[in-house]
Amino acid sequence: MEFDTIAAISTPMGEGAIAIVRLSGDDAFNIADRLFKGVGNKRLMDVSSHTIHYGHIVDPKSNEVAEEVMVSVMKGPKTFTKEDVIEINCHGGLVSVNRVLQLVLNEGARLAEPGEFTKRAFLNGRIDLSQAEAVIDLIRAKTDRAMNVALGQMDGRLSRLIRKLRQEILEILAHVEVNIDYPEYDDVEEMTHQMLLEKSRYVHQEIEKLLQTSQQGKILREGLSTVIVGRPNVGKSSLLNSLVQENKAIVTDIPGTTRDVIEEYVNVRGVPLRLLDTAGIRETEDIVERIGVERSRQVLKEADLILLVLNYSEEFSEEDRNLFKAVEGMDVIVIVNKTDLPQQLDLGEVNTLAKDYRIVTTSLKEDEGINELEDAISSLFFTGAIEAGDMTYVSNSRHIALLNQANRAIEEAIDGVEMGTPIDIVQIDLTRSWELLGEIIGDSVHESLIDQLFSQFCLGK
Amino acid sequence: MSYEAGNYDVIVIGAGHAGSEASLAAARMGAKTLMITINLDMIAFMPCNPSIGGPAKGIVVREIDALGGEMGRNIDKTYIQMRMLNTGKGPAVRALRAQADKFAYQHEMKKTMEEEPNLTMIQGMVERLIVEDDVCKGVVTMTGAEYRSKTVVITTGTFLRGEVILGELKYSSGPNNQQPSIKLSEHLEEIGLDLVRFKTGTPPRIHSNTIDYSKTEIQPGDETPRAFSYETTKYITEQLPCWLTYTNEKTHEIIDQNLHRSPMFSGMIKGTGPRYCPSIEDKVVRFNDKPRHQIFLEPEGRHTQEVYVQGLSTSLPEEVQHQIIKSIPALEHAKMMRPGYAIEYDAVVPTQLWPTLETKVVKNLYTAGQINGTSGYEEAAGQGLMAGINAGRRALGKEEVILSRSDAYIGVMIDDLVTKGTNEPYRLLTSRAEYRLLLRHDNADLRLTEKGYELGMISDERYARFLQKKEAIEAEVKRLRSLIIKPSEKVQSLIRSLGGSELKDGIRAADFLRRTEISYTHIKQLVPSETALDSDVEEQVEIQIKYEGYIEKSLQQVDRLKKMEDKKIPDNIDYDAISGIATEARQKLKNVRPLSIAQASRISGVNPADISILLVYIEQGRIAKVSND
Repeated sequence: MEFDTIAAISTPMGEGAIAIVRLSGDDAFNIADRLFKGVGNKRLMDVSSHTIHYGHIVDPKSNEVAEEVMVSVMKGPKTFTKEDVIEINCHGGLVSVNRVLQLVLNEGARLAEPGEFTKRAFLNGRIDLSQAEAVIDLIRAKTDRAMNVALGQMDGRLSRLIRKLRQEILEILAHVEVNIDYPEYDDVEEMTHQMLLEKSRYVHQEIEKLLQTSQQGKILREGLSTVIVGRPNVGKSSLLNSLVQENKAIVTDIPGTTRDVIEEYVNVRGVPLRLLDTAGIRETEDIVERIGVERSRQVLKEADLILLVLNYSEEFSEEDRNLFKAVEGMDVIVIVNKTDLPQQLDLGEVNTLAKDYRIVTTSLKEDEGINELEDAISSLFFTGAIEAGDMTYVSNSRHIALLNQANRAIEEAIDGVEMGTPIDIVQIDLTRSWELLGEIIGDSVHESLIDQLFSQFCLGK
Repeated sequence: MSYEAGNYDVIVIGAGHAGSEASLAAARMGAKTLMITINLDMIAFMPCNPSIGGPAKGIVVREIDALGGEMGRNIDKTYIQMRMLNTGKGPAVRALRAQADKFAYQHEMKKTMEEEPNLTMIQGMVERLIVEDDVCKGVVTMTGAEYRSKTVVITTGTFLRGEVILGELKYSSGPNNQQPSIKLSEHLEEIGLDLVRFKTGTPPRIHSNTIDYSKTEIQPGDETPRAFSYETTKYITEQLPCWLTYTNEKTHEIIDQNLHRSPMFSGMIKGTGPRYCPSIEDKVVRFNDKPRHQIFLEPEGRHTQEVYVQGLSTSLPEEVQHQIIKSIPALEHAKMMRPGYAIEYDAVVPTQLWPTLETKVVKNLYTAGQINGTSGYEEAAGQGLMAGINAGRRALGKEEVILSRSDAYIGVMIDDLVTKGTNEPYRLLTSRAEYRLLLRHDNADLRLTEKGYELGMISDERYARFLQKKEAIEAEVKRLRSLIIKPSEKVQSLIRSLGGSELKDGIRAADFLRRTEISYTHIKQLVPSETALDSDVEEQVEIQIKYEGYIEKSLQQVDRLKKMEDKKIPDNIDYDAISGIATEARQKLKNVRPLSIAQASRISGVNPADISILLVYIEQGRIAKVSND
């Protein structure tokens, strides 16, 4: 689509003071308005052009606040692209700006191609001729890249899965169509709401699964931020060293925004861990002591995975109990270390507090239990359902957005069925879902429905 | 020897379903029109099934009527049975279908055409066109008559180099043993048109008195009177039924044993046939697990005993056809009056046409109907109407008219043909329309009457009536949007009786109507409007309100594409000069020569990157032009 609404993060990737998500197109105001909660229920549609507004971006599904923002509202044609433009100024770093972008894409914006804002500016007569060549070069470069990506995906498991899903939908569509176009043919069973519901739910479930892997895709790209916590002298630094050595780590020291936070990357059975605050562990063995309670709480909050270490040879303490409290509701693996020493720890107590966390016993000194720990880490994030090496990752945010939209269309179809809307009308949403899935693999040819119709059914006079 | 036979604005070659609409449209808009046909007794002849309408096609008939065409009015005067199909489904797919008295249909159409003052009708065989400097200026007939005109419309159906095939027999013929048109086909190639060979077929006809109807199921018409035309006020009440029976394993065995004699499988037929209209031998081979296939017995008219055997289209030898018929219990003693046959013919590759149906190689020459690779009376009539309108307007020096995909099924069909082409006889299906919720049977008048009136095809009286209806709908929708229905006992008990959940609070009548269990009839009971409304107004109000959310979604889709439709591609564009477009896309673009970016994007093989480059190029050209001035 050439004139739909596009969006992108328009500030350089990385940690900056602010990051901007920019939208351009007819739907820009609508999309932003659906996500924006301003002061006193102010609506972006109603404000004057070229003004800036304080508020929050709220995920409409969960009603969770995603980010505190300033939103600039600029009505076309007095904008860079000559279209309606929204700029969402975020300040929470890469994760939250990505989240805002994702929400914007879920609401129907399309991720802009490289240089597309400039291209629009040009097409809408905003830029002069001398810049046309540059725009064409951009498109060409994009085409080459897109070709490579497309080729990669052609053989990919993702495209096979998408094709399979599309085929499922296509068969439903063909069935509905045949009921419409050949109402008198008795060879074809009439599609019922019940059948439609079952099939739509199946497709919905499959897309949900794919979307879950998209989370894994993100993990693969960005690493799983992992924090090791525990009282002094439980073996945190041994654990770190074991993980690093065992996996012959890809060790890169990346200074973060805070001077004293050092990250270290290790790859555990295909799950990249971004170990946070490793400097702290190495230096003092006591993260809480070193960087203060407030800061450590912040670190915990940002973590995807907590490795909580207990000492097998010491009694369970109040401090341990507080740690369990601090990590409540997070993904936690409990490591009971130092099993080479005599037992003092009340495992019953640990079991009670650990609830459904995995508990792994180790003796890092004796090199015992590391395998089990790695099993625990990888199974926690691949839920055991997907075999390593055969995983389908949806990692591209364009694909995630399309999957989300396709999923939404299926949900609307299911709603329609549940409300008793005629099947041929519900089918509009199914068709939409089919087309959106097609966009992921670059295949939206309508003719295939007609092919399906005539290969699946015996029709005609 | 040739002689000068006359001067016209528009000449239409052929008088089938495309030709009759084309000549009437041109004449009604004020163009002096000549219609030439091989046989004046065969005007609007139905060489295959005696029926008009059905899903998608029925909507086309309504559209033709809303634009001032004739098909709807003509079938309303001559049907033997009328049925609304898909009544159990949503409003977008309801479709009317009529069984026609095919002889009455022809006579009625001929009468209407003869009464048209601007239309001259003659019998003759056109052998070539008069083309000077790639502009069409008239036609020459077999007898040497030279007719001059400003524009020409060719609607030759399956007559172009037609060949009938029946078992091992093959002979040069038009449909139903009429004279084929051979020289014109050769001439079209000479003037530079690419032709393609298509095939279609028809089933045998049998004598009604020899059918054992007790072994069939009756298929009566609807009791509610219905009509295609918005002008029809008189309904035919006496309807004739159709009958349903089935083939069986014995039938299939006979077909299996004789497959080697089928021209379909022996390689005698080279043309491509339509998948949606397979012959019985095709069905038996491709779906050999099906123990039986449906056979509909349809009367061909009120004053004939001939019955059309729908479902038994075949080109097997005549003697095998006898056996097939006798294998069906209800037809055990049936006498075959005409055998089924296949027919091969030349069609113009439709991507050679502009969306106005004018050919790209020869100016002022239009083609419409089966010659453009379609199949079906309604598809032909829809194209005939548009070609007639455009040829007429060109002759009168007016701007041509293109219906978009969101205007009408006719627009979908023509866009498909000229943009994508077709590799089999093209039939309209509801799935071809991406905006089918907007292109409904019930709102064809609301979509197109305005246009028909502007074209001069709709009378003032009818237009005034249309405006009244439109206002009544708008007023009632407005009323229901503001009116509050209170949770009175009357309302609650009605809801209870319908199995819905009771109101907690007052609710707008429009929102109330959106409930699944509520229809406009209930609204009428609870809060009647001051003046009684026509049932078609009530229907509109109900559909517009009940499906508002979905209709809105479709409209947004249309809107999104609008910008691309509005980006016109200049006709002097040189695709070879644009670097960066993929070779396949360049070839397709040069061939189709799309008028807008939207049309370009619908060509298969043209991908989004090509469209981007094309857009930039066009913009560049525009700026360059401005700076040169």
